Amino acid sequence: MLAFDTIAHRLKRGCETIAYPKGPAPALPDRHGGGLRVEAAKCADGCAACVPVCPTEAIARAAGGAVALDLGRCLFCGACVAACPSQAIVRTNDHRLAVRRREDLMLGAPGAEEARLAAALDEKLRKLFGRSLRLRQVSAGGCAACEADTNVLGTIGWDLSRFGIQFVASPRHADGLLVTGPVSRNMELALRKTWDAVSDPRIVIAVGACAISGGPFAGHPEVRDGAGAVLPVDLFIPGCPPHPLTILDGMLRLLGRLEHDRKPVTLAS
Amino acid sequence: MSTFTADAFALLANGTSLPWAEIPEWPAAEFVRVTAGELERGGRLCAWFGVPEGAATRLVAVLAFDAGNTLAVGRSEPVTGSYPSLTALCPQAHLFEREVFEQHGLVPEGHPWLKPVRKGAGDAPANGEFFRVEGREVHEVAVGPVHAGIIEPGHFRFQCAGEEVLHLEIALGYQHRGIEAALAGGPHRRTMSQMEVVAGDSTIAHSTAYASICEGLSGVEVPLRTQWLRALALELERLANHTGDIGALAGDVAFLPTSSACGKIRGDFLNLTALLCGNRFGRGWVRPGGHPLDLDAARSATLLKRLHGALADVGQAADWFWEAASVRARFEGVGTVSARQAGELGLVGLAARACGLVRDVRFDHPAGWYRFAQAPVAVWPSGDVYARARVRWLEIQRSGQFLDEQLGLPPDDEPATALGGAQGDALCVSLVEGWRGEVCHVALTDGAGRFRRYKIVDPSFHNWMGLAMALRGQAVSDFPICNKSFNLSYCGFDL
Repeated sequence: MLAFDTIAHRLKRGCETIAYPKGPAPALPDRHGGGLRVEAAKCADGCAACVPVCPTEAIARAAGGAVALDLGRCLFCGACVAACPSQAIVRTNDHRLAVRRREDLMLGAPGAEEARLAAALDEKLRKLFGRSLRLRQVSAGGCAACEADTNVLGTIGWDLSRFGIQFVASPRHADGLLVTGPVSRNMELALRKTWDAVSDPRIVIAVGACAISGGPFAGHPEVRDGAGAVLPVDLFIPGCPPHPLTILDGMLRLLGRLEHDRKPVTLAS
Repeated sequence: MSTFTADAFALLANGTSLPWAEIPEWPAAEFVRVTAGELERGGRLCAWFGVPEGAATRLVAVLAFDAGNTLAVGRSEPVTGSYPSLTALCPQAHLFEREVFEQHGLVPEGHPWLKPVRKGAGDAPANGEFFRVEGREVHEVAVGPVHAGIIEPGHFRFQCAGEEVLHLEIALGYQHRGIEAALAGGPHRRTMSQMEVVAGDSTIAHSTAYASICEGLSGVEVPLRTQWLRALALELERLANHTGDIGALAGDVAFLPTSSACGKIRGDFLNLTALLCGNRFGRGWVRPGGHPLDLDAARSATLLKRLHGALADVGQAADWFWEAASVRARFEGVGTVSARQAGELGLVGLAARACGLVRDVRFDHPAGWYRFAQAPVAVWPSGDVYARARVRWLEIQRSGQFLDEQLGLPPDDEPATALGGAQGDALCVSLVEGWRGEVCHVALTDGAGRFRRYKIVDPSFHNWMGLAMALRGQAVSDFPICNKSFNLSYCGFDL
């Protein structure tokens, strides 16, 4: 009976995996807001309303200088968007946020209003990893949210394995690490040892504000302010935590599977 | 005075504060004796911590008298060097005393296993020696800190004779981010954000506890609508995590239909939280003093409709699970903790309720919206993996009903009251029943109303020892389902 019931149920529900990336990406929750766009040119003279409201000091404006927002420290709380009187900082509703270089998350200057989306790995690595990437996940002070929203990619709704991406139990089986958390000092040794056990060529993906910059813990003596302090990071995926769609987009981008999708989304009016 | 409350300690209710000077004090040795007496009367240790005073330290005990629905606080006079261990009288103090030893250097004389809790030594925790069982047939299994799945780090050291686990010692601290130390002199600009990630799967529980502390210290009652919204979010958090755990337990016994269904349904519940506040984990939802985002009628209707869908789905997935003899056979009688052990160790939350203990902050120490609306406490007596799975399933149904009812009863919106300055030289206690169990926050303010000491006790702090006891006499191969059945937080413990 049970076997019949479960099979009948599965047949009735059909395939529950999202159509993306062949079909359109699922919509972000309306209150999510996606990424941020910063146009320092729009700032009123001397206005720094956004600076003190940011919980992680991700926004700076030096006297006489322009506003600069570090998306790598950003928790996407939206306090700056609410505080800005001149719409210099706005939500983009775009889930795509992953970058290859840390500086590509610095927003504000002309031409750098939004995150400069990640380019694919070079030809040689793409050949190796493009259709088969095995990752070892290391949580190094992560709060379990980045971990959960990475883990969810393995469920039937996302089915990460259809892209040949898989999380494996041993670093010996892995092509790289996916690191979450600010890298607590107490995890530093374990992280280094795990990295040492991965054979070349290998990559590192830093997921979440903590792993990129230390996030809300930046500057604590107990943490290393992100994976970059310990390992060479190839992909930064911002968020607190990044939406699963943002993480998936980052990985596919790195593997060169979203090459056609580079131009910024037009802002909703 | 009734035996349901403390005899010598000062009493207070969940979410309220009292002046530091009004808390009775005793010399340390006497304080330990009085605390043991209060615990003997029916108290439960919610928190035990040190407050630096010059070069010395005061010990503070926060107890819960569940039957009398009161909390009680006592403290010692400043002490240096050592004091007689409370653990020797009451095992539930064991980790607390180790923590005080680590943080303040106070030695509890007579503590049976005194070693650090989470402190670093170089670039790893200072775990020191592990308990060892000697014997020709005995072997040791070391697991972690990096585990096989996408999961937080911790170290497990088993002493085994063949397959049988004689002893398990759990060494944590890998996730230590220095949250409590950073709170000194707070609240700071980033305090709220840090509270949301004390344990990232319990964002609502911890941020509600913190908001209640801020409100309790400034003597403000937040609008009913704020309290209502927090309760909705807390139950959604419970639904998502319990569903995920049912799926994970199914996965661990290779029962794939429920495993794969629940993986998706968990996401559906997380998306309901995101419908409220944009973030799947509820970040930005709870703020001291009011609610930054509201739930209007249209959004509420959408939420209710999607909630019904997800509840129907999880009901179906759970039916397969409970009907399968192969699942029941793997869960029954595995990883058993007795009610007596649970009581002595001070287990909280679903781990305690799965041992038959009626222990639920929402019922015993209701605060906020739970003063007006409650879900029945879900209890199962057998103390094994089956019971912990069963309590989860019961709570999924209860939380679902609670949400179903409460979504239809929105209180009118009132303007939020501005938080005044926090009371100076006062101690405030807040308990919240997160999905794992009792989240306890205690704040002590200085003369200016800033945090002089802030103590966080995640339910995992009480419950990790329960997992260690559950493994005694168990096959080491049953560790994954035992561990999953507790599903405790590493970062919530490590802070």
